[in-house]
Amino acid sequence: MKCEQMSKELISYLDRRMDSAERREVEEHLASCASCRKRAEEFRAISNLMDEMPVIEPSLGFDARMRQRVAAEPQRKWFTWIVPQPRLALAAVLLIALTVWIEKLPPSNQGSPAPNTTAASSEQDFNAIKDLGVLENYDVVTKMDALSELVPASAQQSDKPEPDQAESND
Amino acid sequence: MARSDVQLMLDVKAGDDASFDFLLVKYRSPLVNFLHRMVRDTATAEDLAQEVFLRVYRARKQYTPSAKFTTWLFRIATNVALNSVRDTRHQRMEVSLDAPVGSEEDAAPRELPTREMRIDEHLLEQDRVQFIQRAIATLPEKQRAAVLLHKYEEMDYAEIAKILDCTESALKSLLFRAYESLRVQLAPLVAQPMPQRAGERRPS
Repeated sequence: MKCEQMSKELISYLDRRMDSAERREVEEHLASCASCRKRAEEFRAISNLMDEMPVIEPSLGFDARMRQRVAAEPQRKWFTWIVPQPRLALAAVLLIALTVWIEKLPPSNQGSPAPNTTAASSEQDFNAIKDLGVLENYDVVTKMDALSELVPASAQQSDKPEPDQAESND
Repeated sequence: MARSDVQLMLDVKAGDDASFDFLLVKYRSPLVNFLHRMVRDTATAEDLAQEVFLRVYRARKQYTPSAKFTTWLFRIATNVALNSVRDTRHQRMEVSLDAPVGSEEDAAPRELPTREMRIDEHLLEQDRVQFIQRAIATLPEKQRAAVLLHKYEEMDYAEIAKILDCTESALKSLLFRAYESLRVQLAPLVAQPMPQRAGERRPS
């Protein structure tokens, strides 16, 4: 054992809280190290010196004062058995109140664009299906090819880029 | 058959205030002494002991016997004492900052007297006790608590480590450093044994 290790072991040794093997190891070191031996003796002397500290008794009124304070403590009410944590209960009540308040808000406060958006989407849906009967008619569909040939002729002219514009893009 | 501390506390939890009385009578003296050695003032020690018991009582419904009762009790006591020591230190700092020059603070420094003074004065028992108290008071708070729990409450390392929220290894180092400081501080007293006086009650 080295002197540094004694910082962990010396108190245990002096307290006699070591097994015999550890104790023998410390004793071997103390036998060979005068410095640690001196320290051990001084620690023991300090411990004996601390025994000189008197034991004080609490004042006569200590118990009575304590009992008075205990008696003044608020007793737990019946509802504390149901709601053991008042803070948690308060948080829950506030959450419920907030939910109810939001639910009770008039629809106009929930944002005015909503009805218009609904109407617009309904109209869009109607337009999408209003010609469905025509599309389901096979004759009409087959004739659409002939119609489509007419469309590019006029559309191609409008889609065709202007010569100078095309050049500028290059 | 005597009920254990844990059983008494469980009975308090169940609403039996008489069991709290048992605990009060059993632990008031060790608590007051521990706190007195921590704060060095009898009235403050009693107030703090009351505070500790009150906290125990208030916490009765949440009590679970996960550790020894004394570990729990002295953990509360240590926290209460450390808070008090820190508050007092803050107050002293405020007083000393606000105090006029040449006040009592300046006139009576808190340092320990010199080694020569202590030897020359041939300290009497009361002086020795005060000297030991002052030496303990100069220890850092955690070291002080460790020494008091180790020396006077005779707790094992595992229990003290739990109270101070550290490992056993750290506790042993803490105790070693504390005894090292005391060895230096109290060297004059070690060299000078206490004079024996007839008819005087010696502490156990």
